[in-house]
Amino acid sequence: MEYDIIVVGAGVVGCSLARELSMYNTNVAVIDKAYDVCDGSSKANSGIVHAGYDAEWGSSKAKYNVEGARLYPSLCAELNVPYKRCGALVVGFSDDDKETLKRLYNQGIKNGVKELSLIDGEEARKLEPNLNKKVTCALNVPTSAIISPYELTYALADHAAVNGVKFYLETELLDAQFVDGLWHLKTNKGEFTAKAFVNCSGVNAAKINRLISRKSYQIIPRRGEYYLLDRLIPLPFERTIFQTPGRMGKGVLVSPTVHGNTFLGPSSNDIEDGSDTSTTVDVLNFVFDKARLTWPEATMRNVITTFAGNRAHEDHGDFVIGRVEDAPKAYQALGIESPGLTAAPAIAVELKNLIVEDMQLDKKDNILPAPHRNKPFIDMTDEERAEAAKKDPAYGKIVCRCEQVTEAEIRAAINRPVGARSIDAVKRRARPGSGRCQGGFCSTRVMEILAEELKISELEVTKSGGESKILTGRIEDVEGGCPIC
Amino acid sequence: MLEKHVDILIIGGGPAGLAAAIGAKEQGVDDILVIEREDSLGGILGQCIHNGFGLHRFKVEMTGPEYAQMDIDKVRELGIPTLCDTMVLSVDENRRVVAINKEQGLMVFNAGAVILAMGCRERPFGALGIAGTRCSGIFSAGTAQKYVNLMGFIPGKKVFILGSGDIGLIMARRMTLQGSEVLGVAEIMPYSSGLNRNIVQCLDDYGIPLYLKHTVIEVRGKERLEGVTIAEVDDMRKPIPGTEKHFDCDTLLLSVGLIPENELSQGANVEMSNTTSGPIVDDEFQTSKAGIFACGNVLHVHDLVDFVSDESMKAGKAAANFINKKTKKGTIINMLDGKGVRGVVPQKLKIPVDGEDAENVQVMFRPDKVYENARVKVYNGDNEIYSVKKRILAPGEMADIILKKDIIQNLQNAPIRVDIES
Amino acid sequence: METKVLNITCINCPVGCRMNVTVEGDNVVDIKDYACPRGVKYAKQEAVAPLRMVTAVTKVEGSDIPLSIKTAEPIPKNKISDCMIAIRCLALSSPIKAGEVVLANVCDTGVDIIATKSV
Repeated sequence: MEYDIIVVGAGVVGCSLARELSMYNTNVAVIDKAYDVCDGSSKANSGIVHAGYDAEWGSSKAKYNVEGARLYPSLCAELNVPYKRCGALVVGFSDDDKETLKRLYNQGIKNGVKELSLIDGEEARKLEPNLNKKVTCALNVPTSAIISPYELTYALADHAAVNGVKFYLETELLDAQFVDGLWHLKTNKGEFTAKAFVNCSGVNAAKINRLISRKSYQIIPRRGEYYLLDRLIPLPFERTIFQTPGRMGKGVLVSPTVHGNTFLGPSSNDIEDGSDTSTTVDVLNFVFDKARLTWPEATMRNVITTFAGNRAHEDHGDFVIGRVEDAPKAYQALGIESPGLTAAPAIAVELKNLIVEDMQLDKKDNILPAPHRNKPFIDMTDEERAEAAKKDPAYGKIVCRCEQVTEAEIRAAINRPVGARSIDAVKRRARPGSGRCQGGFCSTRVMEILAEELKISELEVTKSGGESKILTGRIEDVEGGCPIC
Repeated sequence: MLEKHVDILIIGGGPAGLAAAIGAKEQGVDDILVIEREDSLGGILGQCIHNGFGLHRFKVEMTGPEYAQMDIDKVRELGIPTLCDTMVLSVDENRRVVAINKEQGLMVFNAGAVILAMGCRERPFGALGIAGTRCSGIFSAGTAQKYVNLMGFIPGKKVFILGSGDIGLIMARRMTLQGSEVLGVAEIMPYSSGLNRNIVQCLDDYGIPLYLKHTVIEVRGKERLEGVTIAEVDDMRKPIPGTEKHFDCDTLLLSVGLIPENELSQGANVEMSNTTSGPIVDDEFQTSKAGIFACGNVLHVHDLVDFVSDESMKAGKAAANFINKKTKKGTIINMLDGKGVRGVVPQKLKIPVDGEDAENVQVMFRPDKVYENARVKVYNGDNEIYSVKKRILAPGEMADIILKKDIIQNLQNAPIRVDIES
Repeated sequence: METKVLNITCINCPVGCRMNVTVEGDNVVDIKDYACPRGVKYAKQEAVAPLRMVTAVTKVEGSDIPLSIKTAEPIPKNKISDCMIAIRCLALSSPIKAGEVVLANVCDTGVDIIATKSV
């Protein structure tokens, strides 16, 4: 398969870049070893658009963070995905913390973050009455925002796809050789060739880099574990609440999500296997204890699920973005840990600019807008719901009762340009099973709809690809035949 | 949008909703509508193909589908309108109900009375905070039961079960008979919350071990479940290091509790109980909002459908009385959980005023642990008004007492408290 | 004649008496540790000829959903697995009415298997 540009990694960075490149006259493919786009770090993170006070002045992190944050509102509007500027507080409990907050404030100002202010504990509690009484100081960050990282990534992929980008999933890069002016990429699904090659592969980026470059990077998967709470409880905080950061990152947050849930997390533990997203009891307990420092009233009663995600921590602690020095027409985005989600749109623009310059690409005349997406049923007014059901009766069938997801929306999730092919893929695109019953009622129906739309047997439907099948057989299957008849 | 009036709108066409409809009709209200989200009536009974329903109410043992059919036939015979495949989206405190389906689209009903009969749901895996991966092969027992009994699929071949509630026990037998291997059942409590009959006939009959005071501490498996680790727990329900046992299995079924499904009730600002997770009701099953009633598992989780039907029949009658302006007017007193008692229902009681006839009131609750030869005592203020000896009380079985009408007639204006004295 | 002591848990109420039942051949000669006559009655049956209801589902040609079925009466416990095999070998087509016999005299128990719903 021949392409002009191949992007390895279908996370938020890879999909952002693919979308940028899709607006040029060039032939682009994205390959990823996972079963779905957005299956690595981009799927399970805090979903925060960081204001940019945290990254050290002059670092790549600071540069792309601030620029990414600036791009977000219009990007989300264009893609029709949620973006909510809910603001943030970084809270402190001691004089030491107060010093750190001052440093962050100054750093933020230097980085160009607007509207920052230092406030005392009482002012902080006036803004967020559920804060611990022990909070003595806080950095108020009104420009901090929240998004849905996977909805964004799916929308980026869809927009790229309608403008011609091809996505090859379950496609693992095994080797890369530059021969006679072309990259030859060996994968488990055959060979791809490309004039340019971009490595956006998250926790695997160092491994992929070793295929093409002598310069060695060390990426340590750093796991974060989270609790998600039922959205039926009133939000304890309207803002994202950070604790004063330490060495291992931004600490445990308590934050609303764009869907009205609250989450607690993440932890931060270095692990060996970047694909291991197991949760652990000790770490979850740690997260809960830490969260209670922010929110003493937190209880396990409202937990609907726990999960983990891995960040790609590069040894030197900064992003590595740009041309690969010792390989021709090769580009990379390495070590994209927090604030990677925030930075992604800016990283994509930077890489796109380099590629456009090197390859002398022209902008397309006819760029298609992002595919139209209907307002989610749960957010519609009764009038809108009546109208939607009149136009498409499938809007009259609620499949997921907790999140009020209709059959129409589930079918649409499967039939998007980069459509869902598994229960989890549907869940992240349209939310059935994201609520308090966690799919207990709706998963059986989602399974049937998947089988129908994909024209496969129900026995082939998976939770998340591969061997993650839901069912093992039918009641009429008799192993070894019947001994009586 | 078309707005329609209906005298009594019943949300849920399971055993509670059907019995409430029958009760309301028999009390003289004709304009009733039962709304059911699934494509057929009968609720969860449809997938409960096992035996053991109906002994109390019909004096014969039936399977779930047979029990449900009794009420469905009765509803049809009485000519009560039902609307299946229809989801109620919201109810407000003025009893404006919004529902939607494929055929009619969005519908708005202004109801004279609303009966909440939405039932309950299973506590999911995610809420348990169990360590490990998020692989496939982990089901709540009821979901697995639906796959097997209503869809004809086998969800797994080598099964471990967490929680010894009746659904878990029933599924242990069901999966075994269907050719799967059930390796064991872990129960975090020192006793099973299931019926003895189910322990004997679903586990012992098939040699399936029951690990009391054990819980699943970890699940393993990259894509499909590959195994679980269980451990013994101490009296604080914390796993004891060194007691771990590993099981290789492709399926974990969960039977770890049922939760009344009250999202709609909360939308109507009905006052809720933290103990039962259901609405707070008076002895006519009326919630804190006038004309909104609740019955069945949405009110409090029952063990036997027979009692759901009894309770719901009464709620239906009370809703009909509300429509006919015959709701009791007496002074309201609170009913409180006393020593050893959890989740008294009803939580409020009306002392009849002059001219009103008192009726017997059934008081239901769960004991907080197992009691043998204990006494249940009821106090009205400081006065003991009723006392009864109970041979056995267990948390797995809802207990009840009947306060006779002469007791009700003579109540003082002071809270009622129910105690267990061992 | 062989004498056995069986440990039988009574299923009649939540007490769940664990009875010790002494059996000689097919005769119950002694029952200990019971609390009421219901236990005695149960133990006598359970010790020598335990009976069980069997319920199951089976595929029906012409119906999207499986048919739920049961033994019309309890059958001997040791016939359950044969009964399940017989059920798996059923080849039924719709329509079937609740109460209809779908398999007569299953495994020579003298008990019929009947539908518990209509499809």
